[in-house]
Amino acid sequence: MSAVERLTVQPDYPDESARTAAPRTLATRGERSDEAFRGVARLGGVIVLVIMCLVGVFLSWQSIAALRKVGIVEFITTADWHPETYHFGIAALLPGTILIALVALIVAFPLSIAAALFVTEIAPAGLRRVMVSVVDLMAAVPSVLFGLWGARFLQPTLVPFARWLSTWFGWIPIFKVDGADPSNPLPDDALYTASTFIAGLVVAAMVIPVMTSMMRESFSRAPIGEREGAYALGATRWGVIRSVVLPFGRGGVIGGTMLGLGRALGETIAIYLIISPSVTVNWHILEANRANSIAATIALKYGEANDFGISALMAAGLALFILTMAVNFTASTIIARSRSGAESED
Amino acid sequence: MTVAQRQPHTRTHLPQHEPEPDETPSPERRVALGASRDEVFRVLGAAVAGLAVGLLFTAVIGLVPIGWLLVLSFAWFVAFYTLLVFLHESGPAVVDRFWTVMLWAGVVAVVGTLALVIIFIVVRGWSVYAQLFTGGGDFLHHFHFFTEDMGGVGPLAGLDVGGILHGLVGTLVQIGIALVLTVPLGLTTAVFLGEVGGRFARIVRTIVEAMTALPSVVAGLFIYASVIVLITKNYSGLAASLAITVLMLPIMIRSSDVVLRLVPGVLREGAYALGAGQWRVVWFVVLPTVRSGLVTAIILATAHGIGETAPVLLTAGFTPYLNANPLHGAMVSLPLLALNLIESPQPDQIARGFATALALLVLVLILFGLARALGGGEAGKVSDRQLRRLRVRSRHTLTRIGLAATTGAHPSALNPLDQKEPLE
Repeated sequence: MSAVERLTVQPDYPDESARTAAPRTLATRGERSDEAFRGVARLGGVIVLVIMCLVGVFLSWQSIAALRKVGIVEFITTADWHPETYHFGIAALLPGTILIALVALIVAFPLSIAAALFVTEIAPAGLRRVMVSVVDLMAAVPSVLFGLWGARFLQPTLVPFARWLSTWFGWIPIFKVDGADPSNPLPDDALYTASTFIAGLVVAAMVIPVMTSMMRESFSRAPIGEREGAYALGATRWGVIRSVVLPFGRGGVIGGTMLGLGRALGETIAIYLIISPSVTVNWHILEANRANSIAATIALKYGEANDFGISALMAAGLALFILTMAVNFTASTIIARSRSGAESED
Repeated sequence: MTVAQRQPHTRTHLPQHEPEPDETPSPERRVALGASRDEVFRVLGAAVAGLAVGLLFTAVIGLVPIGWLLVLSFAWFVAFYTLLVFLHESGPAVVDRFWTVMLWAGVVAVVGTLALVIIFIVVRGWSVYAQLFTGGGDFLHHFHFFTEDMGGVGPLAGLDVGGILHGLVGTLVQIGIALVLTVPLGLTTAVFLGEVGGRFARIVRTIVEAMTALPSVVAGLFIYASVIVLITKNYSGLAASLAITVLMLPIMIRSSDVVLRLVPGVLREGAYALGAGQWRVVWFVVLPTVRSGLVTAIILATAHGIGETAPVLLTAGFTPYLNANPLHGAMVSLPLLALNLIESPQPDQIARGFATALALLVLVLILFGLARALGGGEAGKVSDRQLRRLRVRSRHTLTRIGLAATTGAHPSALNPLDQKEPLE
């Protein structure tokens, strides 16, 4: 009996055949209900894909009439919108759209990072849940309410600030306001309303939740080992944020910002309520009635357009669609890469 | 002793997470140092000092307009606070405190923005409701804002006539149709993405994620180009709900996809190990596990859909009359009605517009609150009530097995509830 216990067990080395063996291929024969389930699910996916592709197809189809009339080059380079005289293009609308989105991003970016870092790093558990809810609620508030707030509350409140900005920093081209006279003791507020700046601020409020939730997700994935390592080396909380959380969350920060950019480019009703568009190229963000945006222009000109005018608006919509899709695909690629952990290797 | 006789005393041992018997002494509870008294005094002192300097510059000597009070006070607060920390701490700690204050400030700005939006809408909209309910007339007439449309109500008419019934009904009809289309299609697609998978599913997921930021006005143009130009030739509620559907679908799919990913893999594998097919695993294990999460996804998509304005503007037309038929004639929804009323130059119309906006806000808040209340639980976690129900069911199963052992019948053929003997 004791002999049995003392026996050394020799490990069986696998012979040659075992080393070259491939895993068995499993022949699976699904139940009929499983096959049906998979078919139905796949059908759902196909329908959704078809719907989403149809958006592009129908926009292109409807804009053919307008684009054929003026040609694509003309459409891209014309800074005017007069479909009735066949003189229209997005050369002014596109920069205006991008400018509003940029103003929005410049404001929203630091606030979103702060909110996201606060939730993942600083807030105690109770406050964290509250903050997550607040950000989600902000995303659910309809854009028409943001627009009302921007047009009726933010605009009158911020006109003095816009005036101050143009008075002291008017020498910087983008803050210049034509016709403003700093020495005038009774300044004209109408010079500063309906501007790119105000529209950008309202859009900023609307993209903050999108950016914050994406950044929060990526910050919370910063590895715990590196965090604790940094603490063990004597880092302060800000030191951990700077040396661990932000580098690891870089993909999420970039992706979230792109996502916010896509949202800001497509925002319609809030801008529609604030601006009274002009179709001239203008970089003066504080100047009244100089802002323009593709989406808001579509909503504003839609009611008065004839068939050809609608076709022209469809072409503008197509341009906006292509732009936002390009931004979004880039964003989701960056986010997907950062999620798969490709960045934590370097 | 047979199984059946022993049954009343035996309890099925449910796999619960029970504390391991203490072998190693549990580590001492870590004491997290909260804000020390020094810290509290520093923050309070700096805040008071900052506010005082701000008041000095604005209200007292009038160097800066009063509107700058908060900004100025905050700047001085940061300066004072950093200085105070600097007196006691070394470099990195000062930087840490500085940035902590900055992060707090950012969060206050974000929360403050949302609070300002909500408060502004409530204040401006509330005046109309207050006026409505204090007016004379019979009791039912007080609710005319919810029971009348704007048909025959001129732009100069006072607030004692007219209401938003047509907007309410329009919103309900449009969101109803949109939900009927979105929920089955969205859930099926989410299940396809999460449970079936494959290369095609990845393509669909990429497209859907890109579509979550589809500009709402483009969705309106799409429905105009397809449904209105090709089929109906007219503005209708149905076209509006289709446009809303296009916008709600990606939101719905994305959030349900995220929720489905929360189902623990062991649950699926357990079900497969017991011999269930894929369909049964999805229907009896995966979906029930995340039921609350899916309900939350649906409600949040609804909240987004209700607030969509631009697509409705392009597809629904506008009418001051009540129209409950989605197939025929223009149909107005709450956000569109609010937009239209606000653009009027008449103060009473603007007041109505803000009241409509408030109604919309309340609706969204209710939906959001509902979503939060239902979606609180973690996936796969059972509440106490569910646990009790599971225990009862488990006991029934045991009875069934016991009966099968005594009678020799197949367990599935026996229903313990038919038995005369008490279960407990």
